[in-house]
Amino acid sequence: MGTLYIPIKALFENLGLSVVIPPPPSKRTLALGGRYAPEFACLPMKLNIGNYLEALEAGAEVIIMGGGTGPCRFGYYAQVQNEILKDLGYQFEMIVLEPPQGHVLELYRKIRELVGSLSLRDLKYAIQLAWDKVLAIDRLQVEVHRLAGREVERGRVNREFEAGLGAIDRANSFAAIRQAAEESLLKLKAVKVRPPAQKPLRVGIIGEIYMVLEPFANLEVEKHLAEMGVEVVRKIFLGEWVRDHLFLNPFRLGRERARLLKLARPYLGHFVGGHGLETIANTVEMAGEGVDGVIQIAPFTCMPEIVAESILPRVSQDHGIPSLTLYLDEQSGEAGLLTRLEAFVDLLRRRNLAPLNANLHRAPIDRQFH
Amino acid sequence: MPHKVGIPRALVYYNYFPWWRGFFEALEAEVVVSGETTKQTLDHGVRLAVDEACLPVKVFFGHVLELSRQKVDFIFVPRIVSVERKAFICPKFMGLPDMVRNAIPDLPSLIDVTVDLRHRPKRRLWKAARQVGRQLGASPFRVIRAVFGAQKRQRVFQDLLVKQLTPPEALAAMEGKSRPEGSGKALSGKAAENRDNWLPQEYPGAKRLKVAVLGHSYNIYDQLASQNVIRRLREMGVQVVTADMLPAPLIRAGNQKLAKPLFWTFGKKIAGAAFHWLGNGGVDGIVHLVSFGCGPDSMVGELVQREAWRGKTTPFMLLTLDEHTGESGIVTRLEAFVDMLRHRMSLKEKGHPGEQGNPGGEDKPLQKGGV
Ligand code: SF4
Ligand code: SF4
Repeated sequence: MGTLYIPIKALFENLGLSVVIPPPPSKRTLALGGRYAPEFACLPMKLNIGNYLEALEAGAEVIIMGGGTGPCRFGYYAQVQNEILKDLGYQFEMIVLEPPQGHVLELYRKIRELVGSLSLRDLKYAIQLAWDKVLAIDRLQVEVHRLAGREVERGRVNREFEAGLGAIDRANSFAAIRQAAEESLLKLKAVKVRPPAQKPLRVGIIGEIYMVLEPFANLEVEKHLAEMGVEVVRKIFLGEWVRDHLFLNPFRLGRERARLLKLARPYLGHFVGGHGLETIANTVEMAGEGVDGVIQIAPFTCMPEIVAESILPRVSQDHGIPSLTLYLDEQSGEAGLLTRLEAFVDLLRRRNLAPLNANLHRAPIDRQFH
Repeated sequence: MPHKVGIPRALVYYNYFPWWRGFFEALEAEVVVSGETTKQTLDHGVRLAVDEACLPVKVFFGHVLELSRQKVDFIFVPRIVSVERKAFICPKFMGLPDMVRNAIPDLPSLIDVTVDLRHRPKRRLWKAARQVGRQLGASPFRVIRAVFGAQKRQRVFQDLLVKQLTPPEALAAMEGKSRPEGSGKALSGKAAENRDNWLPQEYPGAKRLKVAVLGHSYNIYDQLASQNVIRRLREMGVQVVTADMLPAPLIRAGNQKLAKPLFWTFGKKIAGAAFHWLGNGGVDGIVHLVSFGCGPDSMVGELVQREAWRGKTTPFMLLTLDEHTGESGIVTRLEAFVDMLRHRMSLKEKGHPGEQGNPGGEDKPLQKGGV
């Protein structure tokens, strides 16, 4: 998913496993996933299955997958995927890391089964290295969001980002990661951008985490926005996903949830699985930070995001932050997306041009773009 | 004047209504239930809810709207997070009051108590009951009595289900009403237990077909949502059973086949019942009703369908429901399915072991193939 393969690869290679990185998700991945997944499975699961099929074709023997305890589907992905792949006749072992027996210890046990010997110190080192990569990637990502909408030479920022990711991928020590990150940051900062006098429009990306983080799944929405001169703001990064799914810390989770609930009150009074609560809370938070509008990205049939979508219009209205909801599945095309993005960005631009005192009379925000 | 509490005839109404009714009436509230789901209920729901919402949620919205127009003082829209350990109902239930509030204008007060029985279920249930009591201005003593009374009613209801009544029939029986479908026969006492006798005996002499109808209670028992699947099957002379009629231990045993326990209460019920029937026989066919776009159903349905395919002993048919589901489509498929079952049965009686296919199933590619 997105750039997740970089830290994951680092983790397992340092544990002495050889890693099969499935090719980046492509039309074929999606077609494979769509063909063998349940019809109404959410897009992340379909892509997941496609990834596995391609990895198995490339010779993978073991699949490692996160688990969960609900309420949403992710926690049961692995079991259904296992059935599907086994019915297709593939030979492999699937390792599911289930909370809450302690992901890390579980991982340790299972890896030991695979490689024979492994000291806890090696494990700790590998995890820390991978985690450092996650943080380094997220640092670059923030910079990319800030700059891409203002670059003079089209696509330059993203090229530097790719190069930076490559450097982080290759780095194999704490110092090397740090150096790769610093150098890439400098290069990013050196990209020529338009002066901040022309303040770019700022648009928040909210929604289901996989869709937000995987450019292939979201039809490269961030790149398109950058090309329209928009600065992207996000609250969800790779680090979140890793923390939520792989190294669950109940204490941190509780605190974070309390913070989100406070933001989401009075609109949504409970967590609803997935990132539904985040979608509402982040919209409120972004409105407070002066973000001009939000785009909710969700897989078709995603339950938590449907709850959030039902509530979003009220949040938009109360906080004066227009929203656009995009449900994507394997049939979604880039052309349709572009039209809707352009219309939305246009709406935001027009709102910004309106004289300040017209604030109170802003046209009601309805779901016309939906 | 007693409070009027509106209860939507939708979602888990079909599972818990006796409890709720007993409870609210013991608190001296007047309980108003919305009517049967009609085309109009659904139209309202479709208009109010976001497009992506599933059919049952849309139906629920329609019922809430109906109640809000009936001048009730409260509408009961609990936030049911969980009704048992280690399982949820569905993410949408966890945000239900919030969705309702943001979609329907001019609502009366909602009783939106959170019910989360994953941990310390007894204590949590009492707490929830006390909260509702407070909202209605009832004394704690009264609440205690109300809960005991409610539990008793719920037990009566559950007993009727195990005696092969569907929830709407059981509810009618508890009120001493005649059969809702208008067969004119009273459903109380002995008649309820001998309900089999009232069914049309179209095929005298032949063994009657028995078909299991699987799905969420609010899909299979809602006349409109299900397009009356249960009644239609019965009219074809088929005996219908549902997961609610299976004793809990059998469902638990069925669930043992799963690599990891499911964490959706309905999912567990459906999968457990399906695995029980697929493994031990007992029904001639299984019809699984799922809502279009339903998250839990997409996963549970897949597991069940694959098991049915692999076993090849019990024909299995999946019917997907949404607001565009046409009556005729459902009828055609049901008829074809039942005909096929009859054909199989007559072959079996003649001693042909064959005809093991699964003509009712979806043709889902289970085998490898290129893209
Ligand atoms: S949150 Fe959405 S995408 Fe994730 S498992 Fe649930 S339905 Fe699927
Ligand atoms: S379980 Fe399925 S049908 Fe029920 S509310 Fe959730 S998504 Fe809808």
